[in-house]
Amino acid sequence: MAASRPNQLFRNKSAKIAAIPMIATALVVFLGGTIWTVAHSFTSSKLLPKWDLVGLTQYERLWGTRRWLISIENLMIYGVCMLVFCFVIGFVLAALMDQKIRFENTFRAIILYPYALSFIVTGLVWQWILNPEFGLQHVIRSLGGNRPPAECEGVGLSLSCWLSGIEFDPLYNPRIAIYGILIAALWQGTGLIMVLMLAGLRGIDQEIWRASRVDGIPAWKTYLFVVIPMMRPVFVTTLVLIGAAIVKVYDLIVAQTGGGPGNATEMPAKYVYDYMFGGQNLGQGFAASTMMLLAVLIVVIPWAFMEFGRKNRG
Amino acid sequence: MVDLTSSVAAGQGARELQGPRGPKPRKVVTRANVLIYGTLIVVSLYYLLPMWVMVMTSLKGMPEIRVGNIFAPPMEITFEPWVKAWSGACTGLNCDGLSRGFWNSVRITLPSVAVSIAIASVNGYALANWRFKGADAFFTILIFGAFIPYQVMLYPMVIMLREVGLYGSLTGLVIVHTVFGMPILTLLFRNYFTSLPEELFKAARVDGAGFWRIYFRIMLPMSLPIFVVAMILQVTGIWNDFLFGVIYTKPDLYPMTVQLNNIVNSVQGVKEYNVNMAATLLTGLVPLFIYFISGKLFVRGIAAGAVKG
Amino acid sequence: MEPSISIRHLDLSFGAVDVLKDLNLDIGKGEFLVLLGSSGCGKSTLLNCVAGLLDVSDGQIFISGRNVTWEEPSKRGIGMVFQSYALYPQMTVEGNLTFGLKNAGMPRAEIAERVERAARILQIEPLLKRKPAALSGGQRQRVAIGRALVRDVDVFLFDEPLSNLDAKLRTDLRAEIKELHQTLGNTMIYVTHDQIEAMTLADRIAIMRGGLILQLDSPKEIYNRPANKYVAGFIGSPSMNFFEGVVDLGGAPVFSCEAGDFDLSGYEFGAAGPQGGPAWLGIRPEHIAHGPDAAACPVRMEATVRLVEPLGSDTLARVQVGERLLWIRLDGQSSIRPGDTLTIGWHAERANLFDSATENRI
Repeated sequence: MAASRPNQLFRNKSAKIAAIPMIATALVVFLGGTIWTVAHSFTSSKLLPKWDLVGLTQYERLWGTRRWLISIENLMIYGVCMLVFCFVIGFVLAALMDQKIRFENTFRAIILYPYALSFIVTGLVWQWILNPEFGLQHVIRSLGGNRPPAECEGVGLSLSCWLSGIEFDPLYNPRIAIYGILIAALWQGTGLIMVLMLAGLRGIDQEIWRASRVDGIPAWKTYLFVVIPMMRPVFVTTLVLIGAAIVKVYDLIVAQTGGGPGNATEMPAKYVYDYMFGGQNLGQGFAASTMMLLAVLIVVIPWAFMEFGRKNRG
Repeated sequence: MVDLTSSVAAGQGARELQGPRGPKPRKVVTRANVLIYGTLIVVSLYYLLPMWVMVMTSLKGMPEIRVGNIFAPPMEITFEPWVKAWSGACTGLNCDGLSRGFWNSVRITLPSVAVSIAIASVNGYALANWRFKGADAFFTILIFGAFIPYQVMLYPMVIMLREVGLYGSLTGLVIVHTVFGMPILTLLFRNYFTSLPEELFKAARVDGAGFWRIYFRIMLPMSLPIFVVAMILQVTGIWNDFLFGVIYTKPDLYPMTVQLNNIVNSVQGVKEYNVNMAATLLTGLVPLFIYFISGKLFVRGIAAGAVKG
Repeated sequence: MEPSISIRHLDLSFGAVDVLKDLNLDIGKGEFLVLLGSSGCGKSTLLNCVAGLLDVSDGQIFISGRNVTWEEPSKRGIGMVFQSYALYPQMTVEGNLTFGLKNAGMPRAEIAERVERAARILQIEPLLKRKPAALSGGQRQRVAIGRALVRDVDVFLFDEPLSNLDAKLRTDLRAEIKELHQTLGNTMIYVTHDQIEAMTLADRIAIMRGGLILQLDSPKEIYNRPANKYVAGFIGSPSMNFFEGVVDLGGAPVFSCEAGDFDLSGYEFGAAGPQGGPAWLGIRPEHIAHGPDAAACPVRMEATVRLVEPLGSDTLARVQVGERLLWIRLDGQSSIRPGDTLTIGWHAERANLFDSATENRI
C-alpha cells in the first residue's frame, strides 16, 4: 500500500485522550496512593507524613495496642456472623421468593429498601430502637408490667417477672454490643444478598426443575443437590462482595455506637480514621490501613484468578 | 376438523367423565403456603419495623415518648419535630438544622453524579469499542481499586487535593466521588457497550465517523437505560456517603449525612428523640424516593454492579 | 387395541388466553406420534400437560388405561427428554441416571442393572464417570435419553430434543431415536417444529395450530392428502403452489383461474363428494412435470424461468405463468437458465383442492 502506516502512538488518539482520567485514576490514585500508604506505614510519621524509615515499628506498636486487637476481634465476630447470616437469610428468602408467590414485587421492595438508605440512617434508627430506656427492652419489660426487681424476689416462675427482668441492651452492654451492630447491618444488607441470590436462582434453566419433577425429586432435595451446587459462582461472588464490605464497615459504627460502649464496637476502619485524622498519628493509620488492604487481598486475589483467569477476559 | 375419536374402540367412550377431571384441586391454605407466606410476612414486618418506628417517633411530642412505647402510634400528632429537624436542630456548631446539610448534599451530589457518569461512560465506551494497547491493564487496576479499602487511599488523596488547593472544597469532593465511583461505573458502561451489536460501531466507522461522533450520535441515544441505572447508583451512593464528606470538606460544607450524625450524636443538651428521628427520616427520603420510583432499575443497577464486579 | 395415551376434552388457558381447546387424542401402544407446528401452536404445552408439568384447565388424561389427570409427573409412568438436556451439571452421568431411582428408594442392584442396560443401549458406557460439562451436545442428549430410559416406563416424551444440535448431529441422532423406538417399542410423543424430523420419525403426525389439531395422520397421508390449506402449505419445502379460482362442476369438473382452466378429471374428491364454488388449487413443486413429461399431462401450460437454485441433488426453479410465480423441482443435473421457456404440467390426481371459505380439503 502506498499510504504509510500511522504512528502507533497516535492511533486511536481520541480514545486515548478520553481515557486519560481513567488511566490517571488507576495509576496515580489507586496504584500510586496504595503504594504511598504502604510505604509510609514503615515510617515514623506523626502529625505529617515524613520519610523516616523505622522498619516494622508501627506494626509492632499496632499489634501491641489493645484497641486494635479488640477491633480485629470485633471484625472477626462481626464478619463471621455477617457472612453466615447473610448467606442463610439471603438464600432462604430468595428461595421463598422463587416459589411463584403473589405480591413478589411488594415483598422484594420491602426487603430491599433498607439497602437504599445510608449506614448513618440505619445506625441511628437502630440506636433508637435498641435504646434501653425507651426502645425494645423497655417495650418488652412493659409487657410484663415493668415490675421492679424487689417485687420479684423469690416469686419463682412468673411470666411478668421474667419479662420485666429481660435484658436486651446491646448499646449499653459491651458483651453484646457488637450483635446490636450486626442486627442493623443485617437489616440493611440482606436485601441485596437476597436479590443477588434470586437472580442466580432465576438464571437456572427451568427445564432442570421439570426434569427433577419427572424424576420425582422433592423440591428441597432439588435445591440441596442440584440447584445449590449450580449456584456456586453466584455464591463466590456474593462472598467476595460481603467480605469486602465487612472489612470496610465504618459509618454504621460511627452512627450507632461511636465505637462504644468503651471499645466494645471498635473496628479497624474506625481505628484508621481516628489515628489518621483524629489522633494525628499517621504512621499507625498507615499501618492499620495496610493490614486492611492485606486482609482484602487475601480474599480478592484468589477469587480474581478464579473468576477472570478462567475465562481470560471478564 | 378430522374426527379424531373415530379410532377409539367402542366402550372407550364410557370411561370419559370417570375419575379426576380438570385442574387438580389445590387447597389455598396448604402447609407449604402457610410456611412461605408466614415467613415472608414476619420477615417483612422486621424490615418495616424501623421505618414504622421512625415515622411514629417523629410525629410524637417528647412527653409522649418518655411515657409511651416506641411502637405505638402517636396519640397526638405533631409536626414540630420535623420543622425543628429541618431548620432548628443544633449540631454543636450551629443551630440551623438539616436544611444546610440538605443543600450541601444537593450541591455535592448533582455535579458529582454528572461528572462521574460522563467520565465513566466515555471510559466504558473506549474500553468496549476502541481497545487500545494497555487498556486492559488499566482496567484491571481500576477494578482492583473497587475492592481496595478506601482507607489506604484516603491520605494520599488528601495530599493531592491539598497540593492543587482543592482540599476542603466542593470541587475537591466532586473529584473524590468521581475517582472512587469510577471502577463500578466504568465496568457498568463497558459491559453495556460490549453487549451492543458491534456491527453498529463498525458500520459507523466505515461511514467515517470518529470517536466522539460515534459516542454522541450512536452510543448515547441507545444507552438511556444504562445511564438511568448509573444515575440511580450514583445518586443514592453519593447522597449516602459519610466518610468522604467528613474527610474532604469543611464543616460549613458538610453533606446531610454528616450533619445528621452531628445532630443526633452531639452530646450537649437534652436528647430530643423525635427531632432525631425526623432528621433521620429526612436524610433517608431522597434515596428512598429514588428507590421507589426506580423500581426494577434499582435492582438492575445493584445486580449489574455486584454480580459482574 | 387399548390406547397407550388418551386425551379427552383437554382445555388449557393461561388467564384469558386459551392455549388448548377441547383437544382429543388417542395414541396407540408403541406408536411414535409427532406433534408438529410452528412456535406458539400449543404443541409443547400439550406435551407438558401429558407429562403433568402443567395443570390442565379441563379434561382428562389417561396413560396406560389409568386416569393420571391429577397425578404427579413422576407417578405417571413417563420419561421425558428436554431441549436443553436439563442434565444435573454437578453430577456425573451415572449420578444423573440414578438420582431419580435412588430417590425412589430402589435397591442398588436393580439400579446398577438398569444403568448398565441403558448405557449399553445408548453406547454411553465410557462416559458414565464424566460430568455433563465434559460431554458433547450429542452425548449430552444421549444421557438425557438415558435418564428417561432407566425409569423403565411405557411412554417417552421428547420436547424438541434435537433443536440445540447442529445439522449433522441432528440427522445422526434422529436416526438413533428411530432405531431406539424400533428396539424398545415404547410409546413416544415427540414435539418438533422441524417437518423433516416429523416425516422421518413419525408413525402419525399431529399438525397443530392455535391450540387445535388440524390433521392427525400418517406422514404419507399428510403429504399426499393434506386436510386443509394450512397443512398443505406447512408440509413440504418449498411450499405448495396455490392458485385461486373456482371449481366448476357444470360438465367435466374444471378448475378455472386467471392462469387458465385446469382439468380435474381424475381428482379424488373427499367423502362429501364433489363441491363447486370458489376454491384454492394446490400443487407441490415436485409434482409439476416439465419438458417431455409435461406433454403427457392433461394440464399443461407455458412458463418462463425467472430464478434457478441448484441444490446438488435437485434444482429448484421459480417460473412465471401469466402473473403467477410457481416453484418447481427439477433434476439436479438440469441445465435450465433464467429466461428459458418451459412447458410444465401435472396430473389432476396430484392436485389438492381447498374450499376458499373454510380452507378445508374438497
